[in-house]
Amino acid sequence: MSGAHATQHPRLQHHFDNLDQQFEASALGMWLFLVTEILFFGGLFTAYMIYRLAYPQAFAEASHELDVVLGGVNTAVLISSSLTMAMAVWAAQMGKRSSQLLFLGLTILLGLAFLGVKAVEYAAKFEHHLVPGPDFRFEGARDPVHAQLFFSLYFVMTGLHALHMVIGIGLMAVLFVMAARGRFTKAYHTPVEVSGLYWHFVDIVWIFLFPLLYLIDRHGPVH
Amino acid sequence: MEPRGFSPGDDTKAAMTDHAAAAVNGEYMQEASHLVPIRVYLTIFSLLMVLTAVTVGVSFLDLGPLNTVVAIVIAVTKMMLVVLYFMHVRYSSRLTWAVVAGGFFWLALLLFMTLGDYLTRGPGWLRYG
Repeated sequence: MSGAHATQHPRLQHHFDNLDQQFEASALGMWLFLVTEILFFGGLFTAYMIYRLAYPQAFAEASHELDVVLGGVNTAVLISSSLTMAMAVWAAQMGKRSSQLLFLGLTILLGLAFLGVKAVEYAAKFEHHLVPGPDFRFEGARDPVHAQLFFSLYFVMTGLHALHMVIGIGLMAVLFVMAARGRFTKAYHTPVEVSGLYWHFVDIVWIFLFPLLYLIDRHGPVH
Repeated sequence: MEPRGFSPGDDTKAAMTDHAAAAVNGEYMQEASHLVPIRVYLTIFSLLMVLTAVTVGVSFLDLGPLNTVVAIVIAVTKMMLVVLYFMHVRYSSRLTWAVVAGGFFWLALLLFMTLGDYLTRGPGWLRYG
């Protein structure tokens, strides 16, 4: 392989045979991390499942306090950001630098839009005393004590998700700078692909959070 | 210097050199990172949007306990679309498939074994309604 070494790609680490093998190792590493993330969020989803089975009434009334329109808009925003992320990877694979910058920029903007809507929703919950704690008041609720459980899970789950979004936006900003400096080529764009995996994972968490938190028994009048 | 126990023929050597040269010239595209046509991404995106609208719409219909089942089935379908197409698992190696499937298998263990515990604690533990 000494002949090949002379013309080796600068991004290829010496312990890999070729760029394909190096890419597969990186993608697999990210997937292993995501598996730990699945179980990390999985613990919260398990807690949600048990408490919702135990107190379905309280969960339904508390869920109706969430804004379906804002939640739905945010779902659309996040799905769109997954599309722009996928397109950023596509642009990297095609070696199109300007489209790559465009799609990474759009992904960042959509991520920020999501967090903005989330901030509006959180502010409304504080205003309406729906944050668990001594100030919690849920007028007209049949089971306000266990409604607090719902809101605890709501804030922890969406808060942890939002933290992942903040980290994701940070990753996108780094990719944007790297792309602007021409660090990615057709042959090497592993950071874009691997960060894309993370971004899509965060989207998937929201795909479950939206119906489970916002859409419980929307048909029936609970009160 | 060849790795021990591996001695590629002349064709392979030539291919490796071409491969490396193409990589340096920026002509070579990673084979492991699969190029998905844009129309596939747009189709998946449309399906995800439609399924979001469906899950919102269905939640306003009274289907009894089926409401939750439908919501979860739609969410799992959306997840599969994202995992298989946006995350390229459909085009990935078997090793990646095994790791991804293993992750979801462990999640299923967590959910169903916990459920098995709580649902068999006798009457009165879970207050329905």
